[in-house]
Amino acid sequence: MPVNDYIRKRFFPHMWCPGCGHGIVLNALLRAVEALGLDKQDIVMVSGIGCSARISGYVDFHSMHTLHGRALAFATGIKMSKPELNVIVPMGDGDALAIGGNHFIHASRRNIDMTAIVMNNRIYGMTGGQFSPLSGYGTMGTTVPYGNIDQAFNTVDLAVSSGATFVARTTAYHVGELEEFIKQAISHKGFSVLEVLSQCPTHFGRRNKAGDAVEMLEGYKKQTARIGSKKKQDNPELIERGIFVEKEQTEYCTEYESVISRAQGK
Amino acid sequence: MENNDVRFIQGNEVCAEAALYAGLGLFAGYPITPSTEIAEHLALRLPQEGGKFLQMEDEISSLCAVIGASLTGKKTLTATSGPGFSLMQEALGYAIMAEIPCVIVNVMRGGPSTGLPTHAGQGDVMQARWGTHGDHAMVALTASNHADIFRMTVEAFNIAETYRTPVILLLDEVVGHLREKIRIPEPGEISLVARLRTAVAHGVDYHPYLPREDGRLPMSDFGDVHRYNVTGLYHDMWGFPTEKPEIVYGLIRHLVDKIENYSEKMTRFRKYHTKDAETLFVSYGAAARSALHLVENRRKRGERIGLLELNTLWPFPADIVREAAAKVDFVLVVEMNIGQVMREVKLAVDNPDKVFLANRIDGQLITPTDIRNILRVIHGKGV
Repeated sequence: MPVNDYIRKRFFPHMWCPGCGHGIVLNALLRAVEALGLDKQDIVMVSGIGCSARISGYVDFHSMHTLHGRALAFATGIKMSKPELNVIVPMGDGDALAIGGNHFIHASRRNIDMTAIVMNNRIYGMTGGQFSPLSGYGTMGTTVPYGNIDQAFNTVDLAVSSGATFVARTTAYHVGELEEFIKQAISHKGFSVLEVLSQCPTHFGRRNKAGDAVEMLEGYKKQTARIGSKKKQDNPELIERGIFVEKEQTEYCTEYESVISRAQGK
Repeated sequence: MENNDVRFIQGNEVCAEAALYAGLGLFAGYPITPSTEIAEHLALRLPQEGGKFLQMEDEISSLCAVIGASLTGKKTLTATSGPGFSLMQEALGYAIMAEIPCVIVNVMRGGPSTGLPTHAGQGDVMQARWGTHGDHAMVALTASNHADIFRMTVEAFNIAETYRTPVILLLDEVVGHLREKIRIPEPGEISLVARLRTAVAHGVDYHPYLPREDGRLPMSDFGDVHRYNVTGLYHDMWGFPTEKPEIVYGLIRHLVDKIENYSEKMTRFRKYHTKDAETLFVSYGAAARSALHLVENRRKRGERIGLLELNTLWPFPADIVREAAAKVDFVLVVEMNIGQVMREVKLAVDNPDKVFLANRIDGQLITPTDIRNILRVIHGKGV
């Protein structure tokens, strides 16, 4: 099936700005779904609010565009009710880790079989460039006109310590890796978190003198390195890419099946 | 027909059993007094029936999970009290906008804020109506005794499915924690409304948000053959976001009219000795128990007092109230707040000056004596 068959052409053109990284993530996601041979009927995409959340409207899956930060909570109800469905949750950095931070850590803790893709552009794009919990100290945004004094979360560390059983990071520049990690995240039985550094030239790039989309993408190449690589050893300040955690642990819906068995005295 | 399944249990357990009777498939909630027994009972009972129980991280996520699960075709429920109900308002609006059936029980306690967790209040009547932002219609039911808690819980599910809407069941601390006798109805004794599912075939364009002539919208379960979009934004018949004024107008009218135009069908009430009444009590929930007690006592002495007990609070049954109040000298609204239903009664009747309030707002159940004292003042007899 060509990748085209996984989108709702009726709803294009999309609403993302020129140069936005989110389209790259959408592309990689569709290729991953195709490569895995998943049936569209078996996929539910649940998103919150923000630029990233609009992905759910463009894909020809069962799709739910919900409330800011709450996508994982809606998704938990869907997955718990019909565990046979593949549940994918695209999220923004503010969506996942500011307003949705509590749902993020608890979904991780439960190890419910869903895939959270955190598209981290370090800014609130849809509302026009305010700092997010991933912007980082010293960055500029419309609500930090004198420079940001907030420290950033490390998404990977947070997911790992909260109990997610698959945790990875890559960028919109590394498209092959991106597709591969999405495949692995979806295939993993348990709660998967994939952080994707995704450029926002319109708001983050412009306010932080990070250049246009091409320069920002090149930045991801220069500023990141694979876990355990020589490049990382030589340049410890680089952001690590790769799979940080991949472990087997009984999944939540499977556990609940045994609760039902115990309740029914089987 | 009548079985012998008679139990002596709490109102909250009655509500939980009634939800199972209605076909509950998933409950998600967060512990909060005085509603917790509903969650506890369902944690025990749901898996016995093959259903799912989720304790979420807060009330926000509880209602979100309930809405998500409903889209997969299950009947779903959450239960909470004041502070948790406040947290649910955002998702409540989502369920209205996306037209997703679900039931929200609010076992009311004293408010505002943390208020009086273990005491009685009925202060959330207006929050149930207007708590979520934006224009909308709302369905809210209530009950004063175990038989009615059972009946209204089942009704809540039936209305939710019929009109594709969230339904609020407003109980209170007194009826929730009260233990009294109840006979659990036989299967089939109360009719159940199953979800209306689309007959559109696989491969044919299905419009999840195109109402039929009767206003109803057949659904398709997530995971079934039709793939569509659900959003809290204004949306077209495919569920895709739009800002076109004519579609926005059509949708808000539909959301309001599908409830308001059928309000008679959702109106439930009980009348006690109202035919020849000179004084009419209007009450609901625990307060109605005291009102009924007083009515029955005074009737023995020949006093022409009647009670209109409301089981539907929203849409407010203004016609029923107006009609019942038409020939009486006084209307006394009995409730445990500063007059939330009294305002509606004043709006409903022909002469608002004859409407008075008997209330308690100190966390204590209003007693027949409290009501009688107000009655004496109205009649110029002094306390």
